[in-house]
Amino acid sequence: MSADPVRAWGVRPANIDCLSGVCPMRFLPPIAIEARYLPSRWDVLAAVLVFGFIILFGEASRILGEPLKLLTISPISLDPAYLPEYALRTAFRMLIAMAFSLAFTFTYATLAAKSRRAGALLIPLLDILQSVPILSFLSITVVFFLSLSPGRIFGAELAAVFAIFTSQAWNMAFSFYQSLRTVPGELIEAGRLFGLNGWARFWRIETPFALPGLIWNMMMSMSGGWFFVTLSEAVSVGHTSFALPGIGSYIAMAIAQRDLTAIFWAIGAMLIVILIYDQLMFRPLVAWADRFRIDQEPGEEVEETWALRMYRRARLLDLMSAPFNWFMRWSYRLTPPTFNVAGPVGGRAINRAADGLWYGVLAALAAFALSRVYLFAKSGGLTVSEVLSVCGLGFLTFLRVAVLIALASIIWTPIGIYVGLRPKLARLVQPIAQFLAAFPANLLFPVVVLGIVTFRLSPDIWLSPLMVLGTQWYILFNVIAGASLLPKELRDAGTNFRVSGWLWWRKIALPSVFPYYVTGAITASGGSWNASIVAELANWGSETLRAHGLGAYIRQATLDGNFQHVVLGTAIMSLFVAVINRLFWRPLYWYAERKFRLA
Amino acid sequence: MANGAALLEVRDIRRAFPRPGGGELLVLEDVNLSLRQGEIVGLLGRSGSGKSTLLRLIAGLSEPSGGSVNYLGEPVLGPAPGIAMVFQSFALFPWLTVLENVQLGLEAQGLPDSETRARALKAIDLIGLDGYESAYPRELSGGMRQRVGFARALVVNPNILLMDEPFSALDVLTAENLRTDFLELWNEGDLPIKGVILVTHNIEEAVQMCDRILLFSTNPGKVVSEIKVELRHPRDRNDPAFLALVDRIYVEMTARRVEKLAQGPQRATLGTMLPRVSANLISGLIEAVAAPPYNGQADLPKIADDLQFEIDELFPVAESLQLLRLADLEGGDIKLTETGKRFAADETDERKRIFARLLIRYVPLAALIRRVLDDRESHAAPKSRFLDELEDYMTEEAAEETLRSVVSWARFAELFSYDDDEQMFSLENPA
Repeated sequence: MSADPVRAWGVRPANIDCLSGVCPMRFLPPIAIEARYLPSRWDVLAAVLVFGFIILFGEASRILGEPLKLLTISPISLDPAYLPEYALRTAFRMLIAMAFSLAFTFTYATLAAKSRRAGALLIPLLDILQSVPILSFLSITVVFFLSLSPGRIFGAELAAVFAIFTSQAWNMAFSFYQSLRTVPGELIEAGRLFGLNGWARFWRIETPFALPGLIWNMMMSMSGGWFFVTLSEAVSVGHTSFALPGIGSYIAMAIAQRDLTAIFWAIGAMLIVILIYDQLMFRPLVAWADRFRIDQEPGEEVEETWALRMYRRARLLDLMSAPFNWFMRWSYRLTPPTFNVAGPVGGRAINRAADGLWYGVLAALAAFALSRVYLFAKSGGLTVSEVLSVCGLGFLTFLRVAVLIALASIIWTPIGIYVGLRPKLARLVQPIAQFLAAFPANLLFPVVVLGIVTFRLSPDIWLSPLMVLGTQWYILFNVIAGASLLPKELRDAGTNFRVSGWLWWRKIALPSVFPYYVTGAITASGGSWNASIVAELANWGSETLRAHGLGAYIRQATLDGNFQHVVLGTAIMSLFVAVINRLFWRPLYWYAERKFRLA
Repeated sequence: MANGAALLEVRDIRRAFPRPGGGELLVLEDVNLSLRQGEIVGLLGRSGSGKSTLLRLIAGLSEPSGGSVNYLGEPVLGPAPGIAMVFQSFALFPWLTVLENVQLGLEAQGLPDSETRARALKAIDLIGLDGYESAYPRELSGGMRQRVGFARALVVNPNILLMDEPFSALDVLTAENLRTDFLELWNEGDLPIKGVILVTHNIEEAVQMCDRILLFSTNPGKVVSEIKVELRHPRDRNDPAFLALVDRIYVEMTARRVEKLAQGPQRATLGTMLPRVSANLISGLIEAVAAPPYNGQADLPKIADDLQFEIDELFPVAESLQLLRLADLEGGDIKLTETGKRFAADETDERKRIFARLLIRYVPLAALIRRVLDDRESHAAPKSRFLDELEDYMTEEAAEETLRSVVSWARFAELFSYDDDEQMFSLENPA
């Protein structure tokens, strides 16, 4: 890794004004985006560590897991009367997972940003982690979590929360890390001059600076969580299966029993919960976070939200938050102002001994992890032909993702531009796109499966659209954001020179949204790989449709409890995602930044 | 004010940054300065002369590579209580109101809330921000924002106020208004501060505000002379004594640079950093000097004033002329050479030819690139080929900057072309 990642990125992530309150800033794609394409030894190390750990963890916890098959939870009822309770439970689970994700973000990303040594490892590690499908996390950890409280629901709840966590945490950590690395130097200097200690600087300068980006990513994470809600609540890994009371399990049950009415009830309930989250949490958060924007120009007026007004005016909330505020203020003073203590100085002699120790420990860890991977591959009887055939499946899934992202781009980019240039329309469409991004693909399974069966269609082709069902919207709302930021003068110039038709699209509209499109497409592509796990294998009652692909392979291996195949499939998928990011998306991202970013 | 006692002593300060390819870049060398009670000391020099680096060393925000900073007899090892700073970009926290911004420094010291509030309100009142307490910085104009910057620095009752080009981000009128307000408070003894260090590149500002001015040279930053300003406050910019002093500093700065150029190697080498000056600016200055009333020779301060340039902006242009032997610098004057006069008289095409010839002769980097392109069969070479070579002499950023400058000159001279997408140099002109 370059000595100075901020400089290596070259460009500061820009804060932008946007349509009122809909997207407070342009967000960066949730992958590591240093301007360097070839994998470094750190990337290799990160991959080895992740898979070594996965294997170790899975094998260790399988020994724990034997008696846990007996776990019983009262079956899910399809009676809509239960839905409010189920919805509440699901919402609550997501909230807890979000709390964990925040805790992870504040620790992991902070450590990565503050410590040169840790950052060199943690960022490639995060890059690998975000490419691991969440089902793999679940299938590997579920036995462990269940063993924490044998026979009780608590372990299952933990497993579900963990699964949701893995669909939320990575992009939040990326966002926070990138913000921390780009806090304006003078703000930090001002803080140090006033004697703010590291703790106070973190909460009063760095965190506020990072908030708009973090909140935006929290919204994306919430969508991600909803998308996998059936996977995380209705778990079936080998012999272990349970369904926690919640909307996800309700949907799974409805699918198993071919109950179309119940599906509609579930859609309704989900819509309401997402709406409540939006109104009570995200709208106020976005409106509130507007003040943390760093650009000094007055932006467009952010819509006052009724919830924020309520929070601000409610005495009760003031009373409740007072002790917390008091505690934070007290904590800032816990250490005397750190006057006359040298801060980190660039170019100071590096502590070589500590470096040596750190690299030594890492090398030892890597050797250990590598040996586990090797033993695992040998004992599991993984043959070269097996690996090759899984790679072939990976290629099929890759084809699907590529074709679908291309299709989605062709459809949504023009529409996004059209909408983005009309502020009123954009205000209307943006929240809808965000809602659709959260819409779980499983809810459409009945329609798709029925269609495929009735018309005797090929699942290999017709199951595929489910992969981009949730992710195509990232392209749409990024393009809308980009188009709405096209400076009026550029548009006027185009009109003035009578640029119209295809020429207008080619020379003005498409280039101006290109950087935004790339960010959206990166997110969409990553999400589609993840979604292949739910999309390539679909059930409707006893009817099971399976497309040939890596997603179906991992899903099937999970259902069979074939640990070796889960690990192999996951590793291949990570490899595909990582290679595509490096060879395609990252160069494209920098090309877009260099050439098309409007300063 | 009790004048005379030393508040701050800076001894033999040296600051160097390591270069990526090994070696180091010297930014400050052998800098000495002292700040006595009741003084405003100005650090005047071009950007890149290490003034701001020095200010940050004094503030304890970074550490010197050698030498020491002593504040009231104690070494400064980090941010010290009693030293406050006003920033060029204001460095206000956009998420805090005016009042909260001002209170921050007091809160960090753990003062009781009531005292914090009372003192902050007093500082806001003093600096003329009454009524703006609950505004957010983005709602304020630049001048009002910098007032918040001042209030925030003053509220902690510092002994020393450091100012890092505090007025340079403001328009002329606002800057003048803020300067006079500050000087009024200072001269009437309404401020808690005992001494001020002002970093600036604006000569008039320095003469207006300072009791002593230290002139800085570049590469590395050194104090080359000290000028006492003994004019009485309030100082009148049209006072002949004021104007004479401004002129004297101009001459001194140009003379220093000429002297330095005379001492140093006569020709640019591959390692010479090229200033970012467009060919248009070069042509423009040549035309201005060639035209009446100058007719080939001009007083730099005068022509700077005529062209509404700051000295900081004019120097690199004049230096480029000298580098290319289009003009000579003497005393405070710029004088066109024979080539320069011919250049002024010619049309664009001929100018391009002259420029190309001068580039090959006097800019070794341009000559090198051209030679490499001529030698290669493909007549193309990647940017990295030259970037790597430059980085033996300078930092990565400086190398990038130098390469950008040479590209812009070569484009004007049609000496070679450069494709930024491909990051390739070539001899082809776009079809």
